[in-house]
Amino acid sequence: MSATTIQIISRSKYYNWLVKNLFSSWVNTILTVIALIFVYQVGSFFLNWAIFDADFRYNFQGELIIDRGFCSKNIMPGEYGACWAIIFARWNQFMYGLYPIEEAWRVNLIYALLPLAIIGILFDKIPFRRYFIYFTFIFPFLAYFMLYGGPGLSVVGTNKWGGLLVTLFLGVTGIGLAFPLSILLALGRRSKMPIIKSLCVVFIEFIRGVPLITLLFTANVMLPLFLPDGVNPDNLLRALVAVTLFQSAYMAEAIRGGLQAIPRGQVEAAQSLGLSYWQTTRKIVLPQALKIAIPPIVNTCIGLFKDTSLVLIIGLFDLLGIGRAALADMTWTKLYYEVYVFISLVFFIFCFGMSRYSLYLEKKLKTDNS
Amino acid sequence: MTKIKSLFISLVLTLGVSTAIAGSHGSTHDLVKERGKLMCGSNTGLAGFGAPNDAGVWEGIDVDVCRAVAAAVFGDASKVEYVPTTSKVRFTVLQSGEIDMLSRNTTWTLSRDVDLGLEFVGVNYYDGQGFMVNKSLGVSSAMELDGASVCIQVGTTTEMNLADFFKANGMSYESVPVETNSEADAAYTAGRCDVYTTDASGLYASRAGYPDPSAHVVLPEIVSKEPLGPAVRHGDSEWADIVRWSLNAMIIGEELGITSANVDEMKSSKNPEVLRLLGVDAGYGAMLGLSDDWAYNILSQVGNYSESFEKHIGPNTPINIQRGLNALYKDGGILYAPPFR
Repeated sequence: MSATTIQIISRSKYYNWLVKNLFSSWVNTILTVIALIFVYQVGSFFLNWAIFDADFRYNFQGELIIDRGFCSKNIMPGEYGACWAIIFARWNQFMYGLYPIEEAWRVNLIYALLPLAIIGILFDKIPFRRYFIYFTFIFPFLAYFMLYGGPGLSVVGTNKWGGLLVTLFLGVTGIGLAFPLSILLALGRRSKMPIIKSLCVVFIEFIRGVPLITLLFTANVMLPLFLPDGVNPDNLLRALVAVTLFQSAYMAEAIRGGLQAIPRGQVEAAQSLGLSYWQTTRKIVLPQALKIAIPPIVNTCIGLFKDTSLVLIIGLFDLLGIGRAALADMTWTKLYYEVYVFISLVFFIFCFGMSRYSLYLEKKLKTDNS
Repeated sequence: MTKIKSLFISLVLTLGVSTAIAGSHGSTHDLVKERGKLMCGSNTGLAGFGAPNDAGVWEGIDVDVCRAVAAAVFGDASKVEYVPTTSKVRFTVLQSGEIDMLSRNTTWTLSRDVDLGLEFVGVNYYDGQGFMVNKSLGVSSAMELDGASVCIQVGTTTEMNLADFFKANGMSYESVPVETNSEADAAYTAGRCDVYTTDASGLYASRAGYPDPSAHVVLPEIVSKEPLGPAVRHGDSEWADIVRWSLNAMIIGEELGITSANVDEMKSSKNPEVLRLLGVDAGYGAMLGLSDDWAYNILSQVGNYSESFEKHIGPNTPINIQRGLNALYKDGGILYAPPFR
């Protein structure tokens, strides 16, 4: 078969697909054309604004942009697009908050090690997985030491943390702590022991019945009033407690869904073999239940990751908060679109990654079951 | 354990907050010295008043009050940790002892001063609600605004002041309600209303961000009193005195013409008040429990009130606010500090 034939075949394949899906009738053809025009209009407008007509570090006169007055769009209104210089100028703050810049390598190191710490739990067919899992358990202590400081490293208080660091800290730690807690809650809710069961039900329903913002306020504003004088748990830590409790309640319900999908026969079979409750749970029930519950779990994780931006209202500078602080600076004020588009992009990258991972898991589990 | 904690929290929630607010916190001054740094409640970001710059350093006239107190207590204006607070949490953060003082454009009102257990120690910016219109309307006074559409934040004192003002002058207006200040700003620039009203400092800050600031004019009428100032917890007068006189020292510094540039020369001045302020005549620092050069440290490191004003919000900054009410009493304003003796 010559190259031309392949080309013709493949072209006709595309042609058939196009006819079948986009131009199958007059109505569809018109809709397709309208949609294409729309996509072209919006897409070209956005690309022109964000890339082709935009300033990055230098304006159209080739000057380094040091404040909004240098942005091409502010020199020649209406002719130029975005002014991304604010992102460059505030890059460190977006990444580390007000973390001392000479110590920022510590945050960078943790950013670099984070993928290694979670790869072991995300994928089961990687080489040396066991060592990655070990690392996963060491990582929180390492991260705490590197980020907060301790012997040999200067202490950087959490009030200096900000930007992506706070967003990731709350997201990753919240999810990581909530996971074991939520398994216990889900098991407790299905327990036959009345006290444990009612405690879990009350906890889950209370937390789920309250908006995260209320929990954050409670943790941030109410808690210190009830504690003895001088005992002020760290602001970020309080937010983390609220986020963790919130996430564990939601995740517990997702896991309970998985538990309920396990046929009763499985448990009975395990019991007839003489396995104890914990053996049954650990070896028979949970592995199957978690598999089933993975898509809803990832779903709540994505939700939580975005919800972390609520900590802005208790005065923590997460990614969104640091963006708003940048807009409050006279040097850069009014560059709303640039800041919000950038923040959306960062959130999108993480949430889209999680959603892709969830799809990957679903596919993988499908083949396992068939 | 977390379950118990959350149960506990919900229990106390039902019992009510007011009973739980703890009273005494010990001497704030001692706590601050022991800690080695001042915890100062700041804004989460308000141009000219308090916001981190590109290098992450906090700047603004509210921030300068924090720096002045740190200079007085430690002799080092940089020994401040800023705790960003939103308008919703600012008072509880102060009550709970998480911060030593609050300096974040907070209006001094009776209920806040008395009922919330705070103590306002002075005013570092006299604000008031104003109106901004496009110059092309040809309006030069708020009395000409009959029938205008006004962008207004719902549920604020601003909204009530607006209604009062128009009613008192027998005028009508059409309100364009919006949720936040930035939304009001956006609605005004999009031409959805003729008039944008909020605190005058906010109007100036917004205007500074417009592509063509000179096309908008802030009308001369100010229809409410919004004295903004630093606050401390009620019940620790010693600490309140330190914060109050740190602010006063900046104002007196301006009265006496002492700037960060000439403060060393002024030490050999012949004016007895200058000598008292700069600690050449000893004894005044000890009354506050501070060193004698406390005010010298403030003026050399932070500068006087005028320097702070000009640097952050004055006519040479993009915010471009005239001194107006915030000029010294002898320059036609109402800024006035009790004598230093």
